[in-house]
Amino acid sequence: MTRARRAAAIALGAVYLVSLGASSLPHFDYARQFRDCVTAAPSLGHPLGTDELGRDSLARLLHASRVSLLLAPAAALLATAIAVAVGGVAGYRGGAWDALAMKTTDVVLSLPWLFLLLIARAWLPLTAPPWQTLVITFALLGCSGWAAPARVIRGAIRELRASDALLSAKACGYSPWRVAVVHVLPGLRAILLAQFLILIPAFILAEGNLGVLGLGVGEPLPSWGSLLRDLVNVPEVMERPWMLAPLAVFAAVTGCFYLLTSSGESI
Amino acid sequence: MLAGALIRCAPGFGIDERELDTRLNAGSVSRLRQAAGQGRDLRSFYIGYAARLVRGDLGSSQALRQPVAKLLRERIPVTLATAGAGLLAAWSGALGLAIVTVWYRSRWADMACGALSSALLCLPAAAIGLLTVLVSTRAGHTAIVAAAIGLVLFPRLFRLIRGILAQAMTSPHVSSAVTRGVSGVRLVAWHVLAPSAGPLLALAGVSATLAFGAAIPVEAVCDSPGLGQLAWQAAMQRDFPLLVNLSLIVCLLAAGSNALAEVAAGRIGVERR
Repeated sequence: MTRARRAAAIALGAVYLVSLGASSLPHFDYARQFRDCVTAAPSLGHPLGTDELGRDSLARLLHASRVSLLLAPAAALLATAIAVAVGGVAGYRGGAWDALAMKTTDVVLSLPWLFLLLIARAWLPLTAPPWQTLVITFALLGCSGWAAPARVIRGAIRELRASDALLSAKACGYSPWRVAVVHVLPGLRAILLAQFLILIPAFILAEGNLGVLGLGVGEPLPSWGSLLRDLVNVPEVMERPWMLAPLAVFAAVTGCFYLLTSSGESI
Repeated sequence: MLAGALIRCAPGFGIDERELDTRLNAGSVSRLRQAAGQGRDLRSFYIGYAARLVRGDLGSSQALRQPVAKLLRERIPVTLATAGAGLLAAWSGALGLAIVTVWYRSRWADMACGALSSALLCLPAAAIGLLTVLVSTRAGHTAIVAAAIGLVLFPRLFRLIRGILAQAMTSPHVSSAVTRGVSGVRLVAWHVLAPSAGPLLALAGVSATLAFGAAIPVEAVCDSPGLGQLAWQAAMQRDFPLLVNLSLIVCLLAAGSNALAEVAAGRIGVERR
C-alpha cells in the first residue's frame, strides 16, 4: 500500500469513527431546532452555524455522514452481488445466456446513468416517510449500478473457466455450485473487492446529485445529498460561505475513496 | 418500450390528482378517471403510441399541459447548444492536457492534471453547476451552463484519453519514429493520435450520452430551459408521457452517437489500411 493510499484509509477510518461516534451523542440531534438562533454564523455552541430552521449544521453533517457512509457501501454490496449473478451466469454458462446478459449490460451502460436513476426514482413514490425514501434511494442505486462490474466479472470468470484448476474440479465430478463457491468465488476475491470499492464513491456522488435535485432522501433525515441542496440558494452561500462545509467533507471523502482504488499512476 | 411498461406498474399511475377537487361533480370525476385509465392496457398503449408517433404526435405533458412535441422542439436547441459547447470545451481541455502529460512525461504536469481531474471527479455534477454559478457571476447564462457541463465531463475524458495516448506512446512504431528523429508535432499527430483514432472516436460516441447525463443536474440547478431540466421536472412531477418520450430520445441519442462513432472509426480503419 502506497503512502497516499494509507493516508486515505486512515482519513476514511477517522471520518467513520467521528460520524458514527459523535452522531450517537444526544448533543448532536439532527432534528432539534434552536429557534432563537436561526441561520446563525459559526460559534462555540454551533461550530458550523445553524440552518434556516435553526438546526445545528454540524449535527446534521455528522448524521448525514453516517447515513451516506453506511448506506453507500450497502448499496455497493447489493450492486456487486447482482453483478456476480449476471456476470457469473454470462461467463460460466456462455452461449445465449452470455449474449443476452452482455446485450443488457451494453444497453444499461450506453444510457446516461443519472437519467435511468431519475426515471426509476420517478417510478417510485416521491412523497414517502424519510426512512422509506432513504431505503428507496440507496436500493435504487444498488439495483442500477451492476452493469460495469458485471462486465469485468464475466471476463474474469471466462478466464477462470479455462484454468487447469477448474477443469480438474469438473473432472472430479464436483457439482456446479461447489465449483462456483469453492473454486470460482475465491479466485474473484480481489476483483470483487476492487469493484465494491469503486462503486462506493460512485454511489455517494449519485446520491449527492439526486439529493440536490430533490429526489433523494426526504426531510428531516439528513444525507450528504440533502445537505448539498441548501447550496441551491447561491446568494445565501455567498453571504455565508461556511455553508460549503458539507461539500468540502463530501469531496474529501469521495477523494479518499478514489485514492484507495487508484492504480497509483496519478493522483 | 421498457419505460412505458415500467411506468404502468408505478404506484399512483392512472390516477388524476384533480379527482380530489371537491368542486367537481360526479360526471367530471368519472370523465377524469376514464381519461386517466385510457393508457392502462399495455398493448393498446403501444399501438396508440406508435400510431401517434408516425403522425408526429407525442402526446401531451400531464404537468406542463402542453404538447410534448412542442416542449421538445423548444428545448432541444438549448441543450444542443450548451451540451455541445461543454463537450467541445471538455474534449479540447482533456485532449490538450493528455497530450502534454503523455508527451513531456513530466511528473509535475502529470500530478497537476491528475489533481485537477481528481478534484472535479469528487464533486457531484449538480455541485459543479452551483459552484460555476457562484464563481462566474458576470458570464452569460449559456456560457455558465456550458462551462459546468465541460467541467463535469473533463475529468472523465481526461483519464480515458490519457490512458489511450499513454498506451499508444509505448508502441514500437513510436519508439522507431523517435529514433528516426521524427519531430514532436508530426510524431504526436501521425504516430500517436492517428493510431488512437478508433478508441478516441468510440469515446466521442459515449461522451455524447455523458454530456446529456451531465446536462440533467446542471440545467436543473442553473435554471436552463433545456432537455435536462425537462427530464428533472418530469421526474419531480411524475409526468409519465414526458418521461416515455424523453427515454425514447435518450435511446436514439445513445444509439445515434455510437453508430456515428462506429461509422467514423470504420472509415478511418479502411483509409489507414
